[in-house]
Amino acid sequence: MTVYDIIFYLFALISVGSAFFVVTLRNIVYSAFFLLFTLFGIAGLFVLLSADFIAVVQLVVYVGAILVLILFGVMLTSNITQVKIKTSSLQIIPSAIAVLILAFSLIKIFLNTNWKTVPLTVQSSSVEGLGVLLLNQYSVVFELIGILLLIALIGAASMARR
Amino acid sequence: MHITESLLVKIALVTLFLPLIGFIVTLLFGKRIKWLYWFENSILIIIFSLSAVLAYLKLTNFTDQTIISEFQWINLGNVPFLKTITIELGIMLDNVTVIMVLAVTIVSMVVHIFSIGYMKGDKRYNRYFSYLGLFTFSMLGIVLTHNLLMMYIFWELVGISSYLLIGFWYEKKTVSDAAKKAFLVNRIGDIGMFLGILILVTTFNTFSFDKIFYQISLGNLPFGTEFGLTLVGVLLFCGAIGKSAQFPLHVWLPDAMEGPTPVSALIHAATMVAAGVYFLIRIFPILSGDALLIIAIIGALSAFIPATIAVTQNDIKKVLAYSTISQLGYMVMAIGVGAYTFAFFHLITHAFFKACLFLGSGSVINAMHHEQDMRNMGGLRKKMPITYVTFLIASLALSGIPLTSGFLSKDGILVGTFAFGSLTGNWWFAATGFLVAFLTAFYMFRAIILTFHGKPRDKKKYEKVKESSFVMAMPLVVLSILSLSFWYSLNPFNPEESKLLSNWVKPPEISVPQSARYDFMKTETEKVNEVNLKEEIIYSSAYTEAIHHAHYPTLFTSATLAFLGILFAFILYQWKFIDPDKLANKLKPVYLLSFNKWYFDEIYYATFVAGTIGLSRVINFFDNKIVDGIVNGSASVTRYLSAFTGKFDNIVVDGFVNMTAYLSGLLGLFFRRFQTGKVQSYLMFVIFSIIILLYIFK
Amino acid sequence: MIHIGLNHYLIVSSLLFSLGIFAVITRKNAIMVLMGIELILNSANINFVAFARYGNFGLTGQLTALFVIILAAAEAAIAMAIVLNIYKMFTNINVDEIDTLKD
Repeated sequence: MTVYDIIFYLFALISVGSAFFVVTLRNIVYSAFFLLFTLFGIAGLFVLLSADFIAVVQLVVYVGAILVLILFGVMLTSNITQVKIKTSSLQIIPSAIAVLILAFSLIKIFLNTNWKTVPLTVQSSSVEGLGVLLLNQYSVVFELIGILLLIALIGAASMARR
Repeated sequence: MHITESLLVKIALVTLFLPLIGFIVTLLFGKRIKWLYWFENSILIIIFSLSAVLAYLKLTNFTDQTIISEFQWINLGNVPFLKTITIELGIMLDNVTVIMVLAVTIVSMVVHIFSIGYMKGDKRYNRYFSYLGLFTFSMLGIVLTHNLLMMYIFWELVGISSYLLIGFWYEKKTVSDAAKKAFLVNRIGDIGMFLGILILVTTFNTFSFDKIFYQISLGNLPFGTEFGLTLVGVLLFCGAIGKSAQFPLHVWLPDAMEGPTPVSALIHAATMVAAGVYFLIRIFPILSGDALLIIAIIGALSAFIPATIAVTQNDIKKVLAYSTISQLGYMVMAIGVGAYTFAFFHLITHAFFKACLFLGSGSVINAMHHEQDMRNMGGLRKKMPITYVTFLIASLALSGIPLTSGFLSKDGILVGTFAFGSLTGNWWFAATGFLVAFLTAFYMFRAIILTFHGKPRDKKKYEKVKESSFVMAMPLVVLSILSLSFWYSLNPFNPEESKLLSNWVKPPEISVPQSARYDFMKTETEKVNEVNLKEEIIYSSAYTEAIHHAHYPTLFTSATLAFLGILFAFILYQWKFIDPDKLANKLKPVYLLSFNKWYFDEIYYATFVAGTIGLSRVINFFDNKIVDGIVNGSASVTRYLSAFTGKFDNIVVDGFVNMTAYLSGLLGLFFRRFQTGKVQSYLMFVIFSIIILLYIFK
Repeated sequence: MIHIGLNHYLIVSSLLFSLGIFAVITRKNAIMVLMGIELILNSANINFVAFARYGNFGLTGQLTALFVIILAAAEAAIAMAIVLNIYKMFTNINVDEIDTLKD
């Protein structure tokens, strides 16, 4: 058991465990905060996969932006004056069975497949490589994504104002 | 800068797509932004410069190369009954293409500029320019394409833009009728072309010209016979008949003159109608001898009949329209007798002087406040000197007077027919050619004398006539200068000496099997190793010799006939030694035949249109008497039967129906539970289904 | 003890995926559904990055993950706008009560 393994198990536990709480807790604000830990754990996993830039983006965009957005949503749509910010669930038992079977099958498929892997190499920072890819091979996609974000921005603003 | 093939391809692509941008922008924003027609016009100037650069680079740096740039668009994989089909899109640049692109952009540019003045004050001004842009785009597409699929697509695109432009003033009934007629008559030809393309594609599994030619030169023929090849050639030629307004589908072109005059100059004289001839030039390598003979006959008929009609027409644009058909017939006939290079040469020269003539007539019509009848004109020479001089030069070119471009190219075609006659003993084509040359000179000068010479016959309108403005006069001058011979050949009497023909445009290698060719086109095997003269490898030495011998007799005959025609026109209409009306009375049947356009419209009306109506009458009668009789008879029988079945229905069937309904209701009540309208329960079903599928297809 | 490899990451991601699905199909609150979707997207991202690391694809996998994050941001913004509109119309955002399409 190396240090790498320990760190991996730590982050995996953080993300899966808090994801479990996200899904099961009845108080939506608690759920949102546990989601923060999940996303943080996933960022840690990204670092372990030597995807440093993606990890940073995960922190900035998910933890910094999307989560705040979700919290705003919670605040705007619930009656905060009544302390009861609790939500209920439905069809729990059949869904739990379905999801368990699903998870089981997925894991079985992943383990049974003989993945074609290459030996690990020590990777340097991926920022430079990503930048080169973005501005050469994927420049059109990059531009399109920019336009899409603009459209989403305008669309969200105009819909929310109505 | 180093000049590469990819640079040329890039220039060609930019030239192709800029007019499309112009079309879209002008169409979308033209209503709001009034000055947008300048955008369209500047695009035309840009693509003209680009195509000039393209032609220069291609003709100097890659004189003998054919540049093909293609990419795979669709891979249809394994199609049942056929082999694998992939569809490639691409462009081909050879010398014919770049010269044609240059001609199209020049004519298109001057017509755009002319239209600024001609269409002034029209309420759909920008819309008009956007249509012109669409047309330029599609015409360039036809010229640049290297495969039949794109050819067909752009073929239909020029059809639609021609329809839109003929019917531009659609508020008038005759205009919208003319547009519809043009569109429908073209469809008849296109069906043939479509069948031809289908046969080629199912045989060779490709759309590209070069691959099809290669397969045929290997000896793979459609249906495995030479007849199949002839059939394909004739079917493809049907498309050219429609688009180039050849006999018997020529009836749409005179009616198309209802459109704005610059449109007639661009589409119905210089470029689109020439697309048919261009298409024949493209598919020339696969035209078998029999197909070529049919093409030559159709071409000769279309050269002769409209020329006789043009002699008696009074509408200035109708004269020009029939003359266009006649000249296109010339080109088609030239293809048919194997005079490939001269056909192309005439295509280019004709584009310039015919566009000039149409724009000149547009200038006259505009000055006369939309008066098109030559009987009400006359004496305009003094009021409109620029229009007169340019119109005169272009008419001289059309008549084939030495020192003009028309003389060179028409002489070339006549030489071709003459040589064909001397080699095969078939002199009809040469005779038709000379006769038409005479008629052409006659009717063109009849038009000039009636319009510009003599005394004004409509004083009121004559007083108001002014020379056209700069934007309208400048295109005329440009085009008339392009109608002079020195652009094409420094020796004004020999088209073969021009750089265009001797260096740039050469007959392609014929793919047709030896046995299916004309005798004089057979490859002489012992000559194959001589590299110096490409024509001699493709055409036999006998042909080259015949061309050489035919040259001087033809030259003198055609020039003499042209002068005779002009002289005859002056005798009849200027000096009035013979009164034309009396002559017409003496030759009444001939005159009436010509004046009524050989009754083509009437014949078509009496046969096809009336046939359709008559057929529908017969069907109507059949319906009314026989079918209705049967129906009525069966009705009474049915009534008795229904009385019986009514009772049966009420008791037995209704019982069943009600029971079924009850059962369905029960089932519905059950299944309704699944349709909760809740997203999440639907999702549940999705998850379960995924799991089930996962284990089924493991 | 096996050294940490591709399979470990895949297991984590499939667990997160299943939890996300669970949230989407059980929770009534629309915002909770949204959180479930974020979990699903993140599990996909882990797969992309893990395959990029252990497979022979260079950085393309990471780039795809980046695009997924960007799309998730856009999706979250739009979804929030929709949720706000629904709240205005129905005064609640319970997915199971919004079933006017049924009639």
